[in-house]
Amino acid sequence: MSPVETAETAPEPLSKIELPAHLGGGGEIPTFDITLRVRRYDPEFSEESKWEDFTMTMYGTDRVLDALHKVKWEQDGSLSFRRSCAHGVCGSDAMRINGRNRLACKTLLKDLDTTKPITVEALKGLPVEKDLIVDMEPFFQSYREIMPFLINRSHEPSKERLQSAEERARFDDTTKCILCAACTSSCPVFWTDGQYFGPAAIVNAHRFIFDSRDDAGDMRLEILNDKEGVWRCRTTFNCTEACPRGIQVTQAIAEVKQAILARQV
Amino acid sequence: MSSNVIASPRSNSAQSPWYKRNKASHSSFEMFAWLFMRLSGVVLIVLIFGHLFVNLMLGQGIHAIDFGFVAGKWSSPFWQVWDLAMLWLAMLHGTNGVRTIINDYADRNGTRMTLKTILYIAAGVIIVLGTLVIFTFDPCPAGAVTDLPSFCPVP
Repeated sequence: MSPVETAETAPEPLSKIELPAHLGGGGEIPTFDITLRVRRYDPEFSEESKWEDFTMTMYGTDRVLDALHKVKWEQDGSLSFRRSCAHGVCGSDAMRINGRNRLACKTLLKDLDTTKPITVEALKGLPVEKDLIVDMEPFFQSYREIMPFLINRSHEPSKERLQSAEERARFDDTTKCILCAACTSSCPVFWTDGQYFGPAAIVNAHRFIFDSRDDAGDMRLEILNDKEGVWRCRTTFNCTEACPRGIQVTQAIAEVKQAILARQV
Repeated sequence: MSSNVIASPRSNSAQSPWYKRNKASHSSFEMFAWLFMRLSGVVLIVLIFGHLFVNLMLGQGIHAIDFGFVAGKWSSPFWQVWDLAMLWLAMLHGTNGVRTIINDYADRNGTRMTLKTILYIAAGVIIVLGTLVIFTFDPCPAGAVTDLPSFCPVP
């Protein structure tokens, strides 16, 4: 006598919703073989960094981060990289993928050329600590200098500080920054000596300079009107291209330049 | 107790100047330099293409250029001012451009200082020399026979 299948003993369905084939559901996910070429660096063993290849079979739904996980969990546990939310919000896993700064968790493998090795290396212009982990301190140093917090000198209101939809829209683009450092570490001016404030700091200054509730815009403009400030921007658009959040970074820098000019001239 | 504070890794090594941010400059020099590049660029488009048009296209075009042609132009205050403005703006525009390139690409402060010193000396010499030539130019030098402008006294 075969046991009666009840709701408790029946296996969990693979998917809670079975889509019929004509709706595109239920199709098999394509797989492909990839070679992940990772730039390894471990100062405890060698001062030299070297490229290391890992081959594996991945699915069409996988991202570069999944490939890195597969390496770390199944092939070489010593591979080091940062990741936290793994969904493009925390900004931990910015790295150079095929020579471009991107978030590993937002880059689908199928969008890259899988016939060639996919190169993965640490962000450029920041000191590498191990493998794909860089020291973010220089980046946060300039971020702190622009005072990335609301400064309001009026009396504390008993309810929220009101703002019109237009006033909010003025700086909407720059509120999207997740501080992943993809922009700053793609900037050739930052690469030279790391003294330039960098796009990320300027974007976050822009977010408060154009906020109608903030009173310290002049102070921030004064900070950025520096020999290492906005005037070192050469409008090469590397930052706009690198931003995983689609922020118009170069435009934000240009708006800060105009605000300084309007204030001084 | 400050002695208990642990320094950031590599905070004072020559390989990592990252942790030492330059002091704030508190001057608007870079802003005016940036503004100058834009404004002088616009003016230079007019000056340079006007210069090229007058020298190469008008009248006989390129075949008219000789000592007499240049001397004739520089005897007029209009062309003296035109060429003076072109010289100063082009030299300052170019010098500032090379200055920013040096700032962007020179790694160490020493290299930067050396290159910029050479640049400023070169620019200064050319500006002074060019200005002197424009103002002290003699259109009718003694002893010359050919190519003199028509207004020179016949020797």
